[in-house]
Amino acid sequence: MAKKRTIRSIPQARTPVREQDPQVRRHNFTEVNLGYDEAEALLESQRCLVCPEPACIAGCPVGIDIPGFIARISDGDIRGAYDVLARTNLLPAVCGRVCPQENQCEGVCIVGDVLEPVAIGRLERFVGDRAIAEGWARRPHIEPNPFRVGVVGSGPAGMACAADMAKAGCAVTVYEAFHLPGGVLRYGIPDFRLPNAVVDAEIEALRRLGVRFECNTLVGRLFTIEQMIDELGYQAVFIGTGAGYPAMLGIPGDSLNGVLSANELLTRCNLMRARDFPAVDTPLPLGRHVAVVGAGNTAMDAMRVSLRLGAEKVSCIYRRSRAECPARAEEVHHAEEEGIEFHWLTAPVEVLGDGKGNVRALRCQTMVLGEPDRSGRARPVPVPGSEHDIEVDQVVFAIGTNANPIIGQTSGLGLDRRGYIAVDDTLATSLAGVYAGGDIVTGAATVIEAMGAGRRAAASMKAYLGLSGPAAEGGSAGLFGLPPDQRNFVRLRVG
Amino acid sequence: MLQTQTEAGFEIVRREDFSDVTYLLAVRHPLMARAAKPGQFVIVMSHPEGERIPLTIADFDAAEGTVTLVIQAVGKTTREMQQTCTIGTHLHALVGPMGVPTHMGRAKKVVCVGGGLGVAPIFPQARGFKQNGAKVIGILGFRTKNLVFWEDRFRDVCDEVILCTDDGSAGIKGFVSDGIRQAIAAHPDIDEVVAIGPPIMMKACAETTRPFGIRTMVSLNPIMVDGTGMCGGCRVKLGDVVKFACVDGPDFDGHLVDFDDLMLRLRRYAEEEKAAVARWSETCRMRALLAAS
Repeated sequence: MAKKRTIRSIPQARTPVREQDPQVRRHNFTEVNLGYDEAEALLESQRCLVCPEPACIAGCPVGIDIPGFIARISDGDIRGAYDVLARTNLLPAVCGRVCPQENQCEGVCIVGDVLEPVAIGRLERFVGDRAIAEGWARRPHIEPNPFRVGVVGSGPAGMACAADMAKAGCAVTVYEAFHLPGGVLRYGIPDFRLPNAVVDAEIEALRRLGVRFECNTLVGRLFTIEQMIDELGYQAVFIGTGAGYPAMLGIPGDSLNGVLSANELLTRCNLMRARDFPAVDTPLPLGRHVAVVGAGNTAMDAMRVSLRLGAEKVSCIYRRSRAECPARAEEVHHAEEEGIEFHWLTAPVEVLGDGKGNVRALRCQTMVLGEPDRSGRARPVPVPGSEHDIEVDQVVFAIGTNANPIIGQTSGLGLDRRGYIAVDDTLATSLAGVYAGGDIVTGAATVIEAMGAGRRAAASMKAYLGLSGPAAEGGSAGLFGLPPDQRNFVRLRVG
Repeated sequence: MLQTQTEAGFEIVRREDFSDVTYLLAVRHPLMARAAKPGQFVIVMSHPEGERIPLTIADFDAAEGTVTLVIQAVGKTTREMQQTCTIGTHLHALVGPMGVPTHMGRAKKVVCVGGGLGVAPIFPQARGFKQNGAKVIGILGFRTKNLVFWEDRFRDVCDEVILCTDDGSAGIKGFVSDGIRQAIAAHPDIDEVVAIGPPIMMKACAETTRPFGIRTMVSLNPIMVDGTGMCGGCRVKLGDVVKFACVDGPDFDGHLVDFDDLMLRLRRYAEEEKAAVARWSETCRMRALLAAS
């Protein structure tokens, strides 16, 4: 860098990113956002002020050295930028695409106080994509140790934990119930937002670190968490099974044919490739006019998938206003561009049938925003006499999920009041050596938060196994004062 | 750990054909053979482009390291599997055991009812109750004599077997509900009835026992995708409560289940299924023609 950048000297406008035309893309599953090329990335990188006390790092759930990687892009050293990113973020190509940057790094970017913030997410994706294209892998020197670590669930939390434990030298096996790994990155997020090829590349990167993936394995039922430690010989286990169990509204008519969860729609379309039916065997409910209830990222995905499957009209039904909508800003913007019809301040009260078991319409009422509720958001209050019917033949619920009960049913793990796995500050569960993180602990959240939890759990697991802290540094204080290969782990029940 | 899964998938080690439409597959999966309990199910994908279909486990043998599935060729997938799943071939995916195992409790006298294909998955339950010390009455229902299978296996584990056929060609003439009435008349001390079969049959069983107040459990098999509680496709109504068959079931109190709702939801993909079968049959016919010419 020749001279210090100032808010006046940097390019004032955010470098636009090329996107597929809304009228074209609403009929295909190809990625919407085409990403920066090198010239665009270079230009945008010059908007970073490289602050001495960067707020963006603190705003990132995994604490990426954001000015560090952006400075490397400015220097034309893309490989160097990747090395900086890969120190903290295992999946830059994924996170650059799916993180809610406006609430995280970009939300606190100093440039954003005056101009539009630096497009950190787009830069991250540019570097991540380049790494995949070039086959770069940051292969750290791995010093093998005798520990075996089991990871339950191959979504973002499990992947992040597996990567850190593999780098620490443990033999890591990841169990997945589906026939393909990736969790929500595979079944949930559609191709036009996160292509499967990107997920494949990230899984392959993990395999190169020595991580083993075992699909078709339902932990809890095929073997229990306790058996993983007692019989299968894992010294530490991480549970990252996700939230699962979609909530239904419990309104009359919600079991009619044509009413389904966003999870079901997305899984059929993304994982089972039902959009290619009948070339594949999994069928998909096709709606002509689809109403999607909810306005989170999953709701946006469900709407835009429905559009691409050929729906003539797709409506978003949300009981609060656009300002409270929890989806990423870019997704709402894209959905609007593609012609989704938004019904803000509208709440469904009943699904109406056609007398033959199918959906005919969705009865809704208009809401106004009242006093803030416990979540701090304005509480929607129904307007008396405002009931009206929206003609639809398919209703998709995307109103969140409840805790998946399988691990709770099959283990002695302590759960919280809502059925999620109870953990302490180190993400340790009530069973020694067993850690948990991601949606199965917090309830539905984001990919990057799950990855952050996976990494935090890995740090705790390393400490538990004596791979970090005083023991690893050669101190005699270590775990029971024993070198790793002489430790005999016996499971203890705590609490 | 026992390695069960190869690159090719899960190996089929035994096959029996009970009739033109019903066939048995024993699949090698030593770990599942040890973990499985009566009442549980698996999800199968026969090939990478296939759909995930839930099948109730008909038997498991820890010593042999296999789980047994009995399948009826009704849809495109099950008809295709009837042709392709021969000994030595592999299933692309097999995951399980899924669902909450049947609660054996302290029942002293139990009636196990199987109708048609449901005769297979009721077998491990009958055997389980017997091993649990209960007196077990097996009631097996088939359309006609040449569809009957496993009568001998039931006679091995049951204290009494009532065979029913719709046309009277074997056992008593009548439905399983007639068999239940006969059993109740002979045994006033029945603690529990367990029924597996088509929804209409399970509904009839529940209605038969309702006046007697006998606890009646049914095993539901609605449409599923993942089988792990994630998609909600398998939701069933029990009175006003909604449950997911895959993780809350598949066993539910038959006196609470809304069978009409279940049967309606089972027809959700009827059109697609019909079209898929037609297309598949046409492909088979063309292949046969090509082979003949």
